[in-house]
Amino acid sequence: MVERRSRRSLLLGLVIVLLLAGVAASLLVGSRGLAPDRVWELLWHPDGSLESAVVRGQRLPRTVLGLVVGAALGLAGAVMQALTRNPLADPGILGVNAGAALVVVAFVAVSGVTDIGAYVWFALAGAGAAAATVYAVAGVGRPDSSPVRLALAGVAVSAALASLTSAVVLADQEAFNEFRFWVAGSLQGRGWSELGAVAPFLGVGLVLALSITGALGVLMLGEDTARGLGVKVSRVRTLALLAVTALCGAATAAVGPIAFVGLAVPMVARALMGHDLRWISACSLALGALWLLTADVLARVLAPEEVAAGIVAALVGGPVFVLVARRRRVPAL
Amino acid sequence: MTLHQPDERPRQRPGERYVVGRRGAWSVRFGVRPALVLLAAGAASLLLALVGLVLGELGLSLGEVLGALGGRSDDRLTAYFVTEVRLPRVVTAIVVGAALGVAGSLFQNITGNPLGSPDIIGFTTGAATGALVTIIVLGGDTAAVAIGAVIGGLATAAAVGLLVRSTGLTGLRLVLVGLGVGATLAALNTLLLTRASLVAAQTAAQWLAGSLNAVLWPRATVTLLAVAVLLVPAVLLGRSVAMLALGDDTAHACGVPVTRVRAAAALVGVGLVSVATAATGPIAFVALAAPQISRRLAGTATSGIAGPAVVGAAVVLGSDLLAQHLFAPTQLAVGVVTGALGGIYLIALVATETRRSR
Repeated sequence: MVERRSRRSLLLGLVIVLLLAGVAASLLVGSRGLAPDRVWELLWHPDGSLESAVVRGQRLPRTVLGLVVGAALGLAGAVMQALTRNPLADPGILGVNAGAALVVVAFVAVSGVTDIGAYVWFALAGAGAAAATVYAVAGVGRPDSSPVRLALAGVAVSAALASLTSAVVLADQEAFNEFRFWVAGSLQGRGWSELGAVAPFLGVGLVLALSITGALGVLMLGEDTARGLGVKVSRVRTLALLAVTALCGAATAAVGPIAFVGLAVPMVARALMGHDLRWISACSLALGALWLLTADVLARVLAPEEVAAGIVAALVGGPVFVLVARRRRVPAL
Repeated sequence: MTLHQPDERPRQRPGERYVVGRRGAWSVRFGVRPALVLLAAGAASLLLALVGLVLGELGLSLGEVLGALGGRSDDRLTAYFVTEVRLPRVVTAIVVGAALGVAGSLFQNITGNPLGSPDIIGFTTGAATGALVTIIVLGGDTAAVAIGAVIGGLATAAAVGLLVRSTGLTGLRLVLVGLGVGATLAALNTLLLTRASLVAAQTAAQWLAGSLNAVLWPRATVTLLAVAVLLVPAVLLGRSVAMLALGDDTAHACGVPVTRVRAAAALVGVGLVSVATAATGPIAFVALAAPQISRRLAGTATSGIAGPAVVGAAVVLGSDLLAQHLFAPTQLAVGVVTGALGGIYLIALVATETRRSR
């Protein structure tokens, strides 16, 4: 047991070290070649030069945003998969992504405004409304609310919303053109204002999620056992859902729907950490941030023309994930 | 390893009735409620098919349509529209819906996961990749796109199969590997869409929505034959596949060759999805929703083969009717409506279940 714990700490430490390296890379790599010591200097002492604007105005907010959004998606995924006990449960399954997408598309189609900064609040509202619908359908908060019913309600609501989205998109060329880039999920051109808008939601989601991981882990032993051990089942489930909605909704509003991170990160975390949900959550936080930051750095350097980070996250992350799923035993939920 | 959770299976209701027929060493047993549901869904499909044949720009009466179907129509225009334009479309809708429903049921049973539809675990995405490459990179026509889709779907299936083979085919592993491959391909699809010209991207988006517009007999016949051939092994596998829901160990002990059944069912499912996607493009959500709708209506623990087939056909038929006539003369893509129709219906089912179980 002691050995196992130290192995887990070691692995988690390794992920965190890699994450720090990722942060450094995200600050250092860009189309404008800057020496590491110059970047370091500019971070602390802005001198009003163009280089200073690049580092503090573009690379820094982008790095922080990638860090926060990746961590949020990783944690949301860990909570969602534990809650539904289904490895296919992406945090977006609550309808959050579909709701945000529909509202963004409708907004573009009606107003013609194609400014990413203007989307944030609409996306946030759409995500919240869709999640609320899913809860109502699945009867969340009732004593007998079942995870499978929740998952089905989520995919059903998502499908209905996605249909409406594609109806709008197929009819309106302008909206389609905007949508195909938004839906890829990108950190490009996002910064402090987006971060500021979603930060409160991320904060609330983080606190909620971390406060219930212990109870949620017990709940995975089975409802009756958990109840016997003093877990308030329906309250824990409701709080978990609120946490996932806040985390995932905020992430989607800030950078667009980033696919796959919320799905793959918790599973890799489970392969590394074993069964304990507290360790899995901690690892998912760090690993999610690492995953998205790495994707964003690769997105800048892979092709002459920048690729959306959401695409790289799945394009490069997918094969990595397949390797992990084949090599290691992923504990069942 | 299965993902089934004991407390999630519908409980056997007391007083559930069965009909048993015996003849010599053979016997069949079926539940009364599933049989009634099957009949009702079949009747609904038939009705929708007739409506599909009657409605259209050329206004026809039911009698004229039936006459044309029987080859007794004097008016050549009527005969042409009914048998050469509307009938192939209706037939394709039925066949594709049934194929998607059965494929979904097979996948949900072999993965033991209600979300384990071919949409989610990569095969549909692979077919879409094939089609997108054909449209955007090669600039191919409709037939080339269909071939591209089949190649894409089968190549994805082969890749997943090879990746899973060396490590053993359990439900969870199939899901995980399929998921990884599917996500990679989905990213590739998005990349293709963002890099394409707006015109090519829109053509691709039209195809991705799935459509029955302009389906004539050649395509309908090929689809019908292919699905009919694939349904034979699906029906033969149905019983063993349903046993997988008991868990691998129990199924094994009951004499089901678990790995072989799973591999065969996956193969058949992939074939069905590829054929359906080639015919119409990826019609969203039917594969996921049809087995769940059928299972919930029939009140059975697992979805079989017949129920999802009939429900799938009804969903696609109904959606195509709405797609054609809801905003006429604007024709919607059928895939746009299946998501909405199937989604709303599944929402209603789940919501009633929630209310009832209170």
